[in-house]
This record gives sequence, C-alpha cells and structure tokens, in this order.
Amino acid sequence: MSEILGLWLEWLPRLLGGLWLGCKVAGLSLILGIPLGLVLALTVQAKSTVLRAATLVVVEIGRGTPALVLLQLAYFGLPSAGLTLSAMAASVLALAVCAAAYTSEIIRGGLEAVAAGQKEAADALGMSRLDKLRFIVLPQGLAVALPPLLGFSITILQGTSLCFAITLPELISQAYAIGASTFRYLPALVLASLLYAAICIPASMLVGVLERRLGAHHRA
Amino acid sequence: MLDILGNLVTGVPMTLFLTFGALLVGVILGIPICMARRSHHPVLSNLAAAVIVAIRSIPPLVWLFLIYFGLGSGILRLSPLVAALGGLGLITAVNMAEIYRGSLAAIHAGQWEASQALGLPRWSRLVEIIGPQVARISLPAVATYAIGLLKDTAVASIIGVPELAFKGTYLSQQTFKGLEIFAAVGFLYIAMSLPIAWVSRLVDARIRQRVAQ
Repeated sequence: MSEILGLWLEWLPRLLGGLWLGCKVAGLSLILGIPLGLVLALTVQAKSTVLRAATLVVVEIGRGTPALVLLQLAYFGLPSAGLTLSAMAASVLALAVCAAAYTSEIIRGGLEAVAAGQKEAADALGMSRLDKLRFIVLPQGLAVALPPLLGFSITILQGTSLCFAITLPELISQAYAIGASTFRYLPALVLASLLYAAICIPASMLVGVLERRLGAHHRA
Repeated sequence: MLDILGNLVTGVPMTLFLTFGALLVGVILGIPICMARRSHHPVLSNLAAAVIVAIRSIPPLVWLFLIYFGLGSGILRLSPLVAALGGLGLITAVNMAEIYRGSLAAIHAGQWEASQALGLPRWSRLVEIIGPQVARISLPAVATYAIGLLKDTAVASIIGVPELAFKGTYLSQQTFKGLEIFAAVGFLYIAMSLPIAWVSRLVDARIRQRVAQ
C-alpha cells in the first residue's frame, strides 16, 4: 500500500496537469456552448418555419450523435474538408456543439417554465418583445435552468475523458500513458478515477443544494 | 457514400447488442441496488447511496479502462466485449436503481396499504402489486436512458469492441475520408435511436390504454 501511495505522489503532478487541461476544455466549450444553446432555445420558438426547422436539425444532430463521434468528426474529419484543428481546438469545438444542443433543450425548458401571467403582464405594460425577453422571461427562465445547466457542466467535464481518442493529453491519456510505461495500469487509473470523483461528487452535491434552495425560493 | 454506409452497417449489430446487453444487466442489477438504497438498515442504504454516487461520478470511458486495462493487467483478463458490457452494465444498473426509486416514490401509499390489508405476503406484494406499477412508471425514463446508452456504447470502440464507432475509426484510417465516414456514423446512431423512441412511445401508449380500461 505504501508503495502505491509513493507511486501516486510521484504521478499526481502529471495527472493534475491532465485534469486541469480537461477543466479548461470543459470550461471553454461551456463558454461557447451555453450562449449558443440560448440562441438555439430562442430560435426554436421563432415564427419563421425555416429557422425553426434549421434549429431542430442542429439540436437533433448535436444530441443524437455520440460526443465521441463529434470529436472524431472534428479532429479526423474536418482535415479532409481543408480545416485542420489541433486536438485542443477540435475538443473544444466538438464539445461546444454538443453543449449547445443539450443546453438549448435545458434552457428552453426553463423559459417555458416562466408563468404565462408574467408574459401577459409584460404585454399589458406595453413592453417591447426585446424588453419582455430581457427583463421578464430570461431572468426567471435562466434561474430555473441554472441547476440542470450546472449538472450538465459536470457531464461535459466527464466527457472530456473522450478526448483521449483524439490524442488530447488530458487526465485519462496521462493515466494510460503512465500505465503503458510502467505496466501499473490499475493504480494509475484508480488515481485518475479518484481525481474525477473528487471534483464530480462535491460538484453534484452543490448542484443538489442549489436545486433545493431555488426550489424553496420558487415555492415561497 | 453507399459503400461507406454498407461497410459501417456491419458494426450496427454489435452496437445494438452492447446497448441491449448493458441495458439488460442494468435493469436486473438495478433492482437489488434500489432495494439496498431503500433499506431501513442505515449501513446498507448509505453504502448503496455511496456506491451509486461513486459509479456515476466516474466517466464511462474511465470505467471501461479500469476494467479492461486496470483489472486486465494481471488480475482478471476479460475480452473487450465483456469489459464493455460489464462497465456499461454497472453504470446502467445504478442509474436504473435511481429510476426505480423515483417510480416507487410515485406509487400511492394506498397500494401498499391495500396489499397489506389483503394479507398478501411481502414477496407477492412486491412482485404482483408494486413491481408491475414500478415497471410501467419507469418505462419512459428507461427508454430515454436506453437512447443515451446507445450513444455511450461508442466508447467501447476505444478498447477495441468492433461496433459502429470502431468501424468508423478503422475505415477512416484506411481511406482518409474522415468527414464522410464520421458523418455517416453519426447519421446511423441517430437512425438507430429513432425506432427505440418510437417503440417506447407505442408501448407506453398501449400500457396506458390497458390500465385506463
């Protein structure tokens, strides 16, 4: 056991570096993906049939295709269309598309949860469409969507493990490389799992607390 | 394009086998986990809760690696297919346990009380009264999960299970037509998830109709 602890201490900096890279990829794809998801959530309710249909196609492709396939499409596929991306850029692009598709559904759910009376009141006050959206619908709808959005952010962080397939040196790639060079796959992978758990367990507990708090606020 | 699709389609049966295999493992294994989670014994229920959280907080690919490379290096040598079925089955099982728990909470207390008042033994109360209702309430959530699982099985390609994503990777290395190939792979996944959604809606509607009568 003490031998394994010694190995873990030796490997920890390298694995933490991998985890940090995964966090960066997750953060960047969420920063790009969530605003895009908001746009998709609004265009899916647009009056124009073409716009609505186009949004549906984007969302269904983004949600229906495995994230791994999106990653491979971005990294191995785009070069044949003349666009060669680094592993990092391809990871961010693919996960951002995935995040946009999923978060658009989460945000749409949040916006639909805003009571109809709120929108009617805004209309009755003579608010413009944009003001109604900015001051009435979005603040309330996004508050409802916040806990599931955070929950999805954890899923995206877990999803960065898939970037192993496109040679991004994230946590699992590092653990696998350590395993391959030392033949100590099990301890290396267990440490990597513990690092994932150390982030994801507190994060999901936090989301749970937030969910209950916001729920209590809405009931009050 | 047609020959690409024709080549990729040979991976579809394995993807479906993995999906339904892992689902079967999870649907069955989820029952004891759910019962442990709801147990009145505090040690057992807390242990089950910890296991559920731990399994969910580690990404599927990491589970597959832990089983295939971790256990595989000297402890328990498994084929890629068995490792993938085990890993995905395990993750599915804890998610099923949580789905069942939600469905159990939705069952009216009167159902328990009535079956107790009728003097039904504990076992037949679960199997004949509560179980069928849990199954019915869980069905839509299980179907949604199955569609997610279908996409999750793509990770099995990384440890070498010859399913759809694996065929795509292989073919793209052979032909350097990555764009068409991975687009076709994505299309096939979407095409597979449509009938699952359709059948589940159909079955759900049928059951509702029968229950309503």
